[in-house]
Amino acid sequence: MKLGVLFSGGKDSTLATWLAKKNGYKIECLISIISENKESYMFHTPSISKTKIQAMAMGIPLVVIKTKGKKETELKDLKKAILIAKRKYKIQGIVTGAVESVYQASRIQKICNEFNLECFNPLWQKNQFELLDDLLKNKFEVVIMGVFAYPFDKSWLGRKIDRKFIEEMKILNEKYKINPAGEGGEFESFVLYVPELFKRKLKVKNWEDFGEKNSWRGEVEAE
Amino acid sequence: MILLINICKEKLHFYEFVKPVEDILSKNKIEFSTRHYKDLTNQNPTKADKFIICGTSLKDNDFLENIEKFSWIKNCKKPVLGICGGSHVIGLIFGGKIRRKKEIGLKEINIEKEFLGVKGKKQVYHLNQFRVLPEVWKHKTKPIYATLFHPEVRNKEIIEDFCRI
Repeated sequence: MKLGVLFSGGKDSTLATWLAKKNGYKIECLISIISENKESYMFHTPSISKTKIQAMAMGIPLVVIKTKGKKETELKDLKKAILIAKRKYKIQGIVTGAVESVYQASRIQKICNEFNLECFNPLWQKNQFELLDDLLKNKFEVVIMGVFAYPFDKSWLGRKIDRKFIEEMKILNEKYKINPAGEGGEFESFVLYVPELFKRKLKVKNWEDFGEKNSWRGEVEAE
Repeated sequence: MILLINICKEKLHFYEFVKPVEDILSKNKIEFSTRHYKDLTNQNPTKADKFIICGTSLKDNDFLENIEKFSWIKNCKKPVLGICGGSHVIGLIFGGKIRRKKEIGLKEINIEKEFLGVKGKKQVYHLNQFRVLPEVWKHKTKPIYATLFHPEVRNKEIIEDFCRI
């Protein structure tokens, strides 16, 4: 079955892509929504314009749509993107990296149903520590691109998701109820390399940090 | 030992519809094994003590063309729980009629009679294209249960309670 992936460039949508490929599905295209609203209800925002570089490294075509990111217009824009992918790449289904968000998942289910597409959410309800362990086990190279909750600060930007990171998440989870995989929007990530999915490794060329106190985002120039 | 029955035709759906149920059983240290419905024989399929028939996606309805594969349920004396597509299977085996009823997302329902430890108003997660049985259903005399909604998403305690029967 030919599939398109709703792709943000972060760990979840990349892990979902990897799982689909590993299970024998053909990834025809990635679909990215660039939201002008940094507080988007539906989409992960930092560095999403860098999905183009990731798509090139994977050798998979990318469909990009810009949205102003207002609550209901962003759904219209998402529909538009999915329809373009269906027409251009003849996809028969959509893959998402939804883990916990019923808001996100049920809206995508409705769009897929309207367009007669299968909808796959291979990370659905996944334990967040298991999700982080899966990244390590399968040698995903992932860096933190944004932090949006206490007690995170600027020093977390650019950190790799490694064993030490997971151990610290265990402590932050116990102490501050931080979701270990950032499912509550506590942090966002960017994938630099995945064996068997990326044809080459991305490198961070330049970092720019924006923010204050416990809310920081990085803009990365990858190559 | 509980046998989880996978009704998904698409391999990738396993992670969305079967694995979350496996995870609830693992967390509760309950022994289980998982098999695809097409791999089960028509008699009482295994030495399992209980069966859970998991759901599948809105479009993945191949199992409805193979309902005879589930005829063992009719004479099964052991506890069975059907989730969503699994609920359709149980309903059809006991003579119910299938009709279109599309429901996607969260909804509040009222469970009038106690059902696997829950009663009263509950928020449930639906993902169904059809309906055979009501929201919750129990066989009159046998320990056979069904939920139209997905208790592995909201109301995990229903699955835990079923495991304790």
